[in-house]
Amino acid sequence: MTAPDAGKAPATPARPGMRERLLRALHGRAELQAWSLLGPGAFWLLVFFALPLVLMFAYSLMPRGIYGGVEVGFTFEHYRRFIDPLYLDILTRTFLYALECTLICLALGYPVAYVIARSGRWKSLLLFLVVLPFWTSFLVRTFAMIFLLRDTGLLNNWFLRLGLIREPLQMLYTPFAVMAGLVYGFLPFMILPIYASLEKLDLSLLEAAEVLGARPAARFRRVTFPLSVPGVVAGSLLVFIPALGSFLTSDLLGGAKEILIGNLVQNQFSSARNWPFGSAASFIVMALVLVAVLLYLRVRDAAPEGAR
Amino acid sequence: MKPTSARDPVVEFRAVSKSFGDVTAVNAISFEIQRGEFFSLLGPSGCGKTTTLRLLAGFEEPDADGGEVKLLGEVVNTKRPYERQISMVFQNYALFPHLSVERNVSFGLEQRKTPKGEIADRVRQAMEMVRLKPETFARRMPAQLSGGQRQRVALARALVLQPTILLLDEPLGAIDLKLRKEMQLELKTLNKKLGITFVYVTHDQEEALTMSDRIAVMDNARIAQLGTPAEIYENPRTQFVAKFIGESNFFGGSVGRRGVDTWDVAGAAAPGERFRIPTEGGPCAQRAVSAGQAVKIAVRPEWLDLCRPGEGPPDENSLPGTVRTVIYLGETMHVIVTMSDGSDVTVAVRNEGQLIKPLPWKPGDAVAVCWRPEDCQILEDA
Amino acid sequence: MRLPKWLIAFVAVVYFLLHAPVMVLVAFSFNASRFSVDWTGFTFTWYLRLLERADILRGVRASLIVGVISTLISTLFGTLVALAIARHKFRGRTLFEGLLYVPIVTPEIVVGISLLLLFALVNVPLGLTTITIAHVAFNISFVVIVVLARLAGMDRTLEEAAMILGADEITTFWRVTVPQLWPGILSGALLAFTMSFDDYVITSFVSGSGSSTLPIVVYGMVRKNIEPSINAISTIILLLTSVLIYLSDRLSRESPIVE
Repeated sequence: MTAPDAGKAPATPARPGMRERLLRALHGRAELQAWSLLGPGAFWLLVFFALPLVLMFAYSLMPRGIYGGVEVGFTFEHYRRFIDPLYLDILTRTFLYALECTLICLALGYPVAYVIARSGRWKSLLLFLVVLPFWTSFLVRTFAMIFLLRDTGLLNNWFLRLGLIREPLQMLYTPFAVMAGLVYGFLPFMILPIYASLEKLDLSLLEAAEVLGARPAARFRRVTFPLSVPGVVAGSLLVFIPALGSFLTSDLLGGAKEILIGNLVQNQFSSARNWPFGSAASFIVMALVLVAVLLYLRVRDAAPEGAR
Repeated sequence: MKPTSARDPVVEFRAVSKSFGDVTAVNAISFEIQRGEFFSLLGPSGCGKTTTLRLLAGFEEPDADGGEVKLLGEVVNTKRPYERQISMVFQNYALFPHLSVERNVSFGLEQRKTPKGEIADRVRQAMEMVRLKPETFARRMPAQLSGGQRQRVALARALVLQPTILLLDEPLGAIDLKLRKEMQLELKTLNKKLGITFVYVTHDQEEALTMSDRIAVMDNARIAQLGTPAEIYENPRTQFVAKFIGESNFFGGSVGRRGVDTWDVAGAAAPGERFRIPTEGGPCAQRAVSAGQAVKIAVRPEWLDLCRPGEGPPDENSLPGTVRTVIYLGETMHVIVTMSDGSDVTVAVRNEGQLIKPLPWKPGDAVAVCWRPEDCQILEDA
Repeated sequence: MRLPKWLIAFVAVVYFLLHAPVMVLVAFSFNASRFSVDWTGFTFTWYLRLLERADILRGVRASLIVGVISTLISTLFGTLVALAIARHKFRGRTLFEGLLYVPIVTPEIVVGISLLLLFALVNVPLGLTTITIAHVAFNISFVVIVVLARLAGMDRTLEEAAMILGADEITTFWRVTVPQLWPGILSGALLAFTMSFDDYVITSFVSGSGSSTLPIVVYGMVRKNIEPSINAISTIILLLTSVLIYLSDRLSRESPIVE
């Protein structure tokens, strides 16, 4: 019977090497280990994300300097300007655009999510087709809209050809174009969360409802929809929040009249040269977004267990 | 616990404690494991057996003033797992999915910088030892193996290092019954053949009884009893052990007069009921009792008999009850009898063929449950 | 349960609307006619013309440099952060995890101008460096999320098995953890690269006049209506990013690499 090999230890050098010293120093010190990993990323985010935001907030409270920058001082004037109807208009318009976009996305997106959830074999493919535009360049997709909608664009060309109209229809640089662009851009954000919550729906609940006498419309109204509400809320906020801060869509598809707050901000840093005012506007956008996010978290955590 | 001959303990736990926040997982436990033993840690989930194993492996460390863990005579409280001379087979096998079978098995050898030629030989030997043909299995990936095959690879990976001590954490849990019995036999054979100390964690008491040289039955962060399978099964010391290992019935009462070689006990179930327990001298009378004390005994179903009320043998204890139900188990019949205080007692009667010689008991019958006074275990906890 | 026909038709229309603009764009990148939207013939001319445009070539080069470097940095940092969150308890962990989501919800315009303010204050000249810095800043969070998801599904006992077989923490990390994590890391990297390559808004604020990444060049072309080269370059961008995203998606589901 061979005796167990007691002598073969993992090679332990006589004096602990660098590696061993490092491991021994970190051993048991959970916080130190954690922070040595978090360090680089946390540092980067602190310096290049958090700090700039603080700077922006600080600037928003300083008076404007000669060249558009800031002077040392303290003032609320930039925020006060938002009481001016011109700027209130912009805020309201942004809010309404975001809201309308959300509603349209809901109307279009819910049926899509519903069908995908019921599509069996086709699920992966259909999902992929929804996700794909989601990740491709926003700029390119916005240009695609221009290509379709402008006076010399494809749609006008076809309408003229088919004799439906006699002159090109003004579609670009209208609220319609901006809304179309927003919906086109954000629709996938609505579809995916609703799909996720519909997918979890236990079909036997619907069968139970059917046995209890509910017809399709009633089953939807009383079982399916209520249980999908968390997904609806998530999707709505996932559309509403970025829509508030959107800039590119209104920039390329909107034209001078359809200024959203994103465009206002951008203006202050290019032609209008008013950095502190731009900072204030930017901060207001940020604040609106954060409020919406907190709302989302509140609603999400309050959702009843059965509905998940 | 029977005194062991002075051989060398390869594992010693001295008042080891481990807590996680408010929860005490292991509470000042002490035991020794001798070289070459097949030692099992047995208990229900949450009793602390897995934590004990992990303390041994080094994945957990004892609390600051939580005793000493000693391996081969050396205190290893702060030694990392890779610094300990231990091998382990995990419950879910933990085979590296990105490595082939042979690379899995050779992992530990590579860590020790064993020369390449030697690695190849030892891997082959280890695979043959667990009955996995090297030619067929060496290049396969874990994903291509069945549960039983993966288990063998995990075993080979641990054994190839020729460890002094091998830890096994419920390794047979995921395997179906028939294969499990085979594996139990194989593990036991390996233990004896290789002389490696096996420390085995399980919640299956049958498994522990089958394979172990000694068993530590754990309950609630402590060791309830430590002994050989026979000691555990035939002389359980507490209610917990008696209930956990096999089946037990319990009778309680308060000790009365002492007779020639028995104590008279006034049964707690109902006034007037009495039974006798043996005095010292005898495997079941480990605990001395005195008059007036509360006492509880455990009686295994197979030590009980049923007879008509008043017709029990005079030298046996006899308590009245009513048959509740009869359960057909094939080899035996279990008759569940409700006693005077409403509690149930299980009586195991050999099945001599219900179609030829049926049991005379039906639900509702009044019966007497009888047993010889020496066929009991006096428990430490009343 | 069968779906009503009108519902399927409705959804088909929505799908069509989702994809038609881009399909049209791509189709017309092959249109021989330069100015009208009438189809006059199939051609690769506009693609070849792209190669003659110095600004596009410079843009591609800039995007690739920024993309690769920012991806390397953000993937490294993001992976480390994910490991810390998943494997270690530390004070403020929940708060930190929550804060990681802030870069994702913050509007690009806010990120862009705030960084511009920082660079202006410290007098850093705007160029590829500042763009790279910005891209790393917003990509870290994405990488963390992807890698965290992968970590959540990882079998911890594999690391314990490695340790009991003699591998110390560092060896275990390289020989066991990383191979398991690798598809997730790669998936996060591809995502980071795509986000960097496609970014317009943030880049526009921190790039200054000399350095233009591809999206900036394309934006200029859109403003100046340079047809149909825009279609061509757009198609190429779409193709590239679609492939990358597809790979990233596949990788996030895959089992670990095989040694």
